[in-house]
Amino acid sequence: MKMKADDYLVYDAGTGTYKEDAEQLVRDDVEKHYWLNIARTVAKDWRLYLMLVPMILIFLFWRYFPMYELLGCFKVEDSVLDVADQLYAGFAYFKQLFGGSTLSTTFWAAFRNTFLLSFYGLCFGFPMPIIVALFFNEIRSNILRSVIQVITYLPKFMSTVVMTSLVTMLVRQASPLAGMEMGVISRFLVQLGLITQEAGNAGMLNNPGFFRAIYQISGIWEGAGYDSIVFFAAIIAISPTSYEAAQIDGAGKMAQMKYVVLPSILSTIVIMLINRIGSLLNVGYEKVLLLYNPNTYVTADVVSTFAQRYGITDGLVGVASAAEMLNNVMGMILVIAANTIARKASDVSLY
Amino acid sequence: MKRKLEVSELIFKILSHVLLIAFAICCLYPFLYAISAAISGIDAVEGGQLVLLPKDLQFEAFANMFNNNMFWNSYTNTLFITFYGTLWSMGTSILGAYALSKKRLLFRKTFNFFLVFTMWFSAGLVPQYLNYLNTQAVFRTFGITDDKWLVVIAMGMAAMNIILLRNAFEGVPAEIEEAAIVDGATEFQVLSRVYIPMSKSTIATVALFFALSRWNGYFWARQMISNLNEHPLQVFIRLKLEEFQDPDIMTGWNEAYAADSVIFALIVCSIIPVLIIYPFIQKYFAKGVNMGGVKE
Repeated sequence: MKMKADDYLVYDAGTGTYKEDAEQLVRDDVEKHYWLNIARTVAKDWRLYLMLVPMILIFLFWRYFPMYELLGCFKVEDSVLDVADQLYAGFAYFKQLFGGSTLSTTFWAAFRNTFLLSFYGLCFGFPMPIIVALFFNEIRSNILRSVIQVITYLPKFMSTVVMTSLVTMLVRQASPLAGMEMGVISRFLVQLGLITQEAGNAGMLNNPGFFRAIYQISGIWEGAGYDSIVFFAAIIAISPTSYEAAQIDGAGKMAQMKYVVLPSILSTIVIMLINRIGSLLNVGYEKVLLLYNPNTYVTADVVSTFAQRYGITDGLVGVASAAEMLNNVMGMILVIAANTIARKASDVSLY
Repeated sequence: MKRKLEVSELIFKILSHVLLIAFAICCLYPFLYAISAAISGIDAVEGGQLVLLPKDLQFEAFANMFNNNMFWNSYTNTLFITFYGTLWSMGTSILGAYALSKKRLLFRKTFNFFLVFTMWFSAGLVPQYLNYLNTQAVFRTFGITDDKWLVVIAMGMAAMNIILLRNAFEGVPAEIEEAAIVDGATEFQVLSRVYIPMSKSTIATVALFFALSRWNGYFWARQMISNLNEHPLQVFIRLKLEEFQDPDIMTGWNEAYAADSVIFALIVCSIIPVLIIYPFIQKYFAKGVNMGGVKE
């Protein structure tokens, strides 16, 4: 739409001469008054645009302003000055994270834990809802199924605090001075011979070896029922004729599973899987924060809790923001990649 | 004609019944244990005799809780945050989602990206914390010293919920809107008389999502609310738990009931409101999950 002499003169084949292009003049006019036209449209429809304002402001103030605070990663820490007025320190904090200091060891351990917690969640936590949904499909009695569904969805509605408090109490350490036995789940595990008496007495949450298992199992306890909803909805959407056709072809139960049910819910599985992979670097920090303690930092510390400890509690704002930024940028790349793959693979995107 | 079950089918059926019932029991057990531990005697709780059913009934742990002003305080605070927080988030989300659902909105794509980007990238805890501190300072200069308002206004917004609402509004036929406009309805009337009644179930679902996250909110409330009297219930539970993990308090404990019972009583009190309304609302959540799962 740039002004070029040619744009204004078009060759008229009829008369063999050049003449002015009327449309181009209109286009120019539109361009010249671009903002004016927008202002007119907005003014005419001001109520609609007014409705957007509160939402935009909320997101601007409390989602985008923090991103501006991220500049702190590149600036000299100074609690008195605003981020804008601080001096640039370059990549000093990132170097600190990559260098060989104890801080960087802690950070990389946290990074590794973040990845591992999600990865184990993907391996163990992800298939569970699918299995639960397949099982739900086997229950023909509507009442029984509804009752079980209502019960298994329940833990999802509990707050992280209630959930972690229950976990803490159920696997608590024994305290001989106060005459207290270990928690009921620990006792049960000792009786089954899965853990030793000493491990139970010391408290399972104080043992770094148990943290990942506790995290995953409580995650399954919390989410397997609720997350099965999506898969179950996909299963009941399968037309009964598909089963009948398979039966006529002589398919047994397992063959039906393999050739009817699984292909039908495959797209749902793929989408949920990609979604899960996208959030691989995004661990629920609240749960970790409420379950871990200095004894289990080795296996429990994740990037967010690292940032919380060093940034909010100890005030090392620069390093902590740099650590989280590193994690979140990688996370964002994962999400976008996952979403792009999903769109390419199945014409469905998550957002 | 009833088909005979094959052996493999029968085994799978039995297996799925057994495993599902076992899973349901596992889901329920911690809550049942919490209830019985809250009302059992000190010897049963501390001596590890308790398995499921309560022993040596006592209700002093509950009485202790109910006599604690801080408990009622935190309960009121949670109700406050849940009520005003849901109202605020819903109000702004509905308005924004309605505008976004309109094809004629200029820069619609940009606004959508503005929302979706927050789902991809978050600045992280520390920048958010610094930002909330700034907000708190601004609120203070306006004379709002009650940090609950900070929690209500600045926190708990979710782009996903707005997108759910927007999708629901997009599903309302444009003809109905045109008819309303011909009848002389303004934009706000179209929203309140046409769009909101026509997407009631999505609105209920999203409101429940907001309310639940408000009721369960912990981390930022703990970070940002400095006054102990303004803490919500979740923070109160956590502080009590941390207090009772302290060995000094445990050895000095000489009440007629176990310290653990107090924690369990607290947990039970905090989940009772959720349990009461849960059977009525769970179908909405089930619906919400399916809405959020896939967008074509």
